[in-house]
Amino acid sequence: MSADWQDQSEVFNGTANVGLKDRRSFDGTDTRSIPAFVFGEELADIANEDPRVVVLTADLARSNRANDFAAVHPERFFNLGIAEKNMITVAAGLASTGFVPFAATFASFAALIGCEQLRTDCAYPQLPVRVVGHHSGMSLGFYGTSHHSLEDIGITRSIADLTVVCVTDANHLRAVLRASMDYPGAMYLRLGRGRDPEVYSEVPEIEIGKAISLKDGADLTIIATGSTVHPSLAAARELEAQGINVRVIDMFTVSPLDEGVVLDAAATTGGILTVEEGNITNGLGSGVADVLLENLVLPTRFRKHGVPDEHVPVGPPAGLYAHYRLDTAGIVSVVKEMLNDD
Amino acid sequence: MNDTVLAGRRATMSVAELREKARFIRTETLRLTKIAGAGHYSSVFSCAELMAALYYDELRIDPTRPKHLARDRFVMGKGHAAIGLYPVLADLGYFAPSELDTFTRLGSPFGDHPDMKKIPGIDFSSGSLGHALSVGVGIALGGRLNGFDYRTWALLGDGELAEGQIWEAAMSASHYGLGKLVAVVDNNQLSIDGFTQDIMSTGPIDERFAAFGWQVHRVDGHDLNAVLKAFRSLDEADPSKPQCILADTVKGKGVARMELSTDWHVGNLVGEDYDAVMNELMEGVI
Ligand SMILES: Cc1ncc(C[n+]2csc(CCOP(=O)(O)OP(=O)(O)O)c2C)c(N)n1
Ligand SMILES: [Mg+2]
Repeated sequence: MSADWQDQSEVFNGTANVGLKDRRSFDGTDTRSIPAFVFGEELADIANEDPRVVVLTADLARSNRANDFAAVHPERFFNLGIAEKNMITVAAGLASTGFVPFAATFASFAALIGCEQLRTDCAYPQLPVRVVGHHSGMSLGFYGTSHHSLEDIGITRSIADLTVVCVTDANHLRAVLRASMDYPGAMYLRLGRGRDPEVYSEVPEIEIGKAISLKDGADLTIIATGSTVHPSLAAARELEAQGINVRVIDMFTVSPLDEGVVLDAAATTGGILTVEEGNITNGLGSGVADVLLENLVLPTRFRKHGVPDEHVPVGPPAGLYAHYRLDTAGIVSVVKEMLNDD
Repeated sequence: MNDTVLAGRRATMSVAELREKARFIRTETLRLTKIAGAGHYSSVFSCAELMAALYYDELRIDPTRPKHLARDRFVMGKGHAAIGLYPVLADLGYFAPSELDTFTRLGSPFGDHPDMKKIPGIDFSSGSLGHALSVGVGIALGGRLNGFDYRTWALLGDGELAEGQIWEAAMSASHYGLGKLVAVVDNNQLSIDGFTQDIMSTGPIDERFAAFGWQVHRVDGHDLNAVLKAFRSLDEADPSKPQCILADTVKGKGVARMELSTDWHVGNLVGEDYDAVMNELMEGVI
């Protein structure tokens, strides 16, 4: 067990006694450019010009920084207490009166507890509710299965009239929040642990539903989403130094998928590796496989990489990422396995 | 294994000894948080006396037979306070205390929330708030069907009471007349974001449980004599009504900087601060 695996500070969820004011985490990391932490302030900025913005949370305003929004727009902030289902349907009610509500809680509670409310009250009536699931995947580490959301991509992907976006980093979150204001229908926004390293050095130009190509390459394509984009890109850079050229796609919208990008990747690079921090059953990889097979564009190599269909052990996030080979080193080794597997 | 009720262990410890156990729960929580790098101090500190009274006096359990069918069941609704329960289970002999040193390490049985599949003595897994009372209703119904006389206990947070499922469970408990079901509410006044009363008022808790058909016993949750008395009074309670022990407590009790503070739901004490708080606990009256 490497020392890195012992780094518990990664489970910091913004509710601690340390660093709330100066935005420094337990280990002194500056948390200013971190998705969960720009959530509230970016929405507060948007709300300065757009009266439709309202923010809801369920006793996690510190964790997701809805607090920063509440400080500026207290009258447009609602903390519903520990009652996620109520929060989501209250958001739907607000949306029906003309508001664009952002309802945020841990992803496991947003998508699993609130699943039926999300489908029946938000997606089906095509209301502009943005259900925000933060600390997704295994990012709550040793909090265990109750706090892991490995199923939320699969669940939300299979709901009609629901756009599903996995946020990559802080700047990407800013772009997604702004783009969401006039996007039709309900959305599920999947955020990481709030300490996601930077992929976009400035706010990217985005179009919801259109993937972003981060690096070109001819040997294989990695299609990643959310928290796995950063280690995938880092892995591709490492592989490049070894003469292996990997294309990296940020498939931040997992529903609807950008089919053209998927088909082009198979046609031009042959191999496809999907990488997601979630159960691979019905996740991003399954969506990509559907696109390929339905179009009869068959890649020469294909692998869905993520968490197998099991409940994960307890452990700090870094330990779990290493265990499931979702860190940079792990992704490098998976790519090599695929390319050597002839 | 055919006995329908396990022998009680009431009064095998003096109140002074129980007070020591409450201190042990608090100091162990400090120690284990250090291993993890983050932990729920204040949520444990408010229920340390309740846990000591339950596990060292009230619960009819046998640590040598953790699966005994006639045992009292305990479900930790506020699962994030499990860090205070693990040391108790170790102390009682469910497993070796040294196993606690793996707390939250990769592959450990001991995560932030309790796991019934991995830890002897844990009757049901938790972590998602709002489930425990329903679990308790099921266990109580099962006990009645199977002809056992055990009690089923669920420890709930005051913030947790905002979950609608709690009230669905409360309704079903009185509907089925589950007199052997006990909800212990750790009414420590805060959840994460602030005072429960300001965030989402879950009170008046006594009146709400009473309106749902429960018998309510209100008690100072840090006064061990009063807590013991309340638990024992359940023997004389209305057998057709589920029982609620509403324990008025202070989140963070025993550490001045944590008492009723919103900054310590999750925390990590390091260096001098750790030593200072440890001393405070060792010297304090609580
Ligand atoms: C369903 C659900 N929503 C949110 C959380 C996150 N959470 C953990 S503890 C907590 C506050 C609990 O407050 P309370 O019930 O009063 O317990 P206390 O810690 O004060 O004893 C919250 C919101 C959770 N664990 N489960
Ligand atoms: Mg509380």
